[in-house]
Amino acid sequence: MNRHVLSVLVENHSGVLSRIAGLFSRRGYNIDSLSVGETENPNISRMTITVSGDDYMLEQMKKQLNKLINVIKVVELQPEKSVYRELVLLKVKADLTHRAAIIETINIFRGNIIDVSNETLTVELTGDFGKIAGFTELMAPFGILELVRTGFTGLQRGNTQLAE
Amino acid sequence: MRASDAIIKSLEEEKVHMIFGYPGGAILPFYDSLRTSNIEHILVRHEQSAAHSASGYARATGKVGVCTATSGPGATNLITGIATAYMDSIPLVIITGQVDSNFIGKDVFQEADITGATEPFTKHNYLVKNAQDLPKIIKEAFYIASSGRPGPVLIDIPVDIQKEHIKYDYPKSVNIPGYKPTYEGHAGQVKRALQKLKASQKPLICVGGGIICAKASKELKDFAEKAKIPVVHTLMGIGALPSDSPYYVGMVGSHGHSFSNQIVMESDLLMIIGTRVGDRATAGMKLLNEKQNIIHVDIDPAEVGKNIDTTIPIVGDAKNILKQFSNKCTTLQTDAWMEKINQLKETYHKEELDASHVNPKKALNFLSKVVDDEAILAADVGQNQLWAARNFKIKGNRKFFTSGGLGTMGYSLPAAIGAKLAFPEKTVICVVGDGGLQMSLSELGTILENDLNIIILLFNNSRLGMVRELQDIHYESNYFSVTLNKNPDFVKIAEAYGLPGKKVTSQKEFEETIQGALTSKKGYFIECVVDSDFSTL
Repeated sequence: MNRHVLSVLVENHSGVLSRIAGLFSRRGYNIDSLSVGETENPNISRMTITVSGDDYMLEQMKKQLNKLINVIKVVELQPEKSVYRELVLLKVKADLTHRAAIIETINIFRGNIIDVSNETLTVELTGDFGKIAGFTELMAPFGILELVRTGFTGLQRGNTQLAE
Repeated sequence: MRASDAIIKSLEEEKVHMIFGYPGGAILPFYDSLRTSNIEHILVRHEQSAAHSASGYARATGKVGVCTATSGPGATNLITGIATAYMDSIPLVIITGQVDSNFIGKDVFQEADITGATEPFTKHNYLVKNAQDLPKIIKEAFYIASSGRPGPVLIDIPVDIQKEHIKYDYPKSVNIPGYKPTYEGHAGQVKRALQKLKASQKPLICVGGGIICAKASKELKDFAEKAKIPVVHTLMGIGALPSDSPYYVGMVGSHGHSFSNQIVMESDLLMIIGTRVGDRATAGMKLLNEKQNIIHVDIDPAEVGKNIDTTIPIVGDAKNILKQFSNKCTTLQTDAWMEKINQLKETYHKEELDASHVNPKKALNFLSKVVDDEAILAADVGQNQLWAARNFKIKGNRKFFTSGGLGTMGYSLPAAIGAKLAFPEKTVICVVGDGGLQMSLSELGTILENDLNIIILLFNNSRLGMVRELQDIHYESNYFSVTLNKNPDFVKIAEAYGLPGKKVTSQKEFEETIQGALTSKKGYFIECVVDSDFSTL
């Protein structure tokens, strides 16, 4: 089961997200992550959907998505030809004993501390799959209190555009 | 203009002549506008039948069927009919009333999220939020329902929006960025397919309902005859090629003809056109072998390669692609292959049909011989469906309707009503079992009210026959909840609805009665008493 990232242009209407989520659930396909937002054209939203599946499942996901009337275009983002990012907000235990080590790690990963309390630090971090995984792994021993991820989003590199 | 008047005017623009429906509070502005229009309204007795009748109308005419209901229970009662149409790719536009837009989401009286509920089995649906959008939405709905792979489109309209006033301007064209069906087959793929075909010794075409949707029967006949290729079909493909064509073989699948299945497996090239290759069409078959090439033609790209690996996929309209095939193909040397097929068919036809009670197989064979070539037969679901599918021969312009995908009992009577209303001059026969009839018995009222001359052929074995067979095969004949031993007197019920009827218990009696019914050109109810052990195949 390989992970794939689908970039999907859809009409910016209410109910479209529900159609897409419903399509995946009733066909028995699992969405690993989904992010959605308006594009440069306010009538169009772009969804980035991360899914796991074999080649048959991937083909079916793309074809079934394409069948939805509100879906304008579906493209699989190729890792070597795309840039991916995800935003993570992470609240970690950070008493005085460990605070310096934690801050050092945050700096290495080019994260930002966006909130501080006597016992905790809240960090924002953007990155691809590997960077996020590496960072959370290093924070885990200190005690992650809360974590929220936006889900992956991505664009093709270079001049390529997911034209309408 | 009042929005409800604009809806009716838009329907008139789409050349809608008939709507099947059932009114209620949330759709009353629409009904008030419908009252003064030239569009005929058929008041059914249950909303589910409105969708089935619209489906029968659509199948008979090739146009979009239209049905309507109120919010909440009215809309949810439509659901089975909508899902039935979706599975069989029938073009429908469904208009539902919705509660006042200010009340949506507040669980008010007769509120149901019908767009959410029907999202998985409509081609598309709309919840109208702005009255001014109505003409555009209706234009789009008809376009979506009838183009590409046809299907049902639902428009849910809050009652307050129906009462608003709008500036009416019906759009001339449709532009939906994400919906551009492919009609032309890719020339390169067509060329590749024909090259494979040329090298084939045992080619076979397998067709489904897509041929009927695309109105491609003539093109199929032309291609099969020019290239000399035999044709099998699925349940939904009945009627795609007349059964008296020399290249007609028979039906495939779990309830198809055994020789058809055998031929599918023996063929070295299988050209699948307009069928999704459903599980019932392939049951008991090993379709793919190393030597077999599969060419799959379908207008819906998602069906190509979904259920079966394909050597050459071709996306497009069956009519266009069959024309392309015909124009470019050569005549194949299939005489030996055809001879083998005909020998296999001969063996089958020598099988004796037993004759205790009324023999449904014989009865439908007989009906085939005596009914005219323009007749429409709507079969329900269960044993009666397959008796009809296997024994009622399609020739001339005969049509065969059934719920092939969803397998909806209670379908045939309202579908026959839709067909009869579309073509009052045609003979319309409803074939049904005692289980299915009781699921839409109330529609006898619609027949009475509209004075419809439909022949209802009830095969009464006092059983849910096919379920009983499944219990026989898979549950060690432990029958449970499949007997209907205390059935009512169906003939009396029919008579109470003004439909003359007769209960027949022998083959001879059946033959006399059906001949009388057909020549009288009046509606008739024939109850055939069938041995409860009489098998489907």
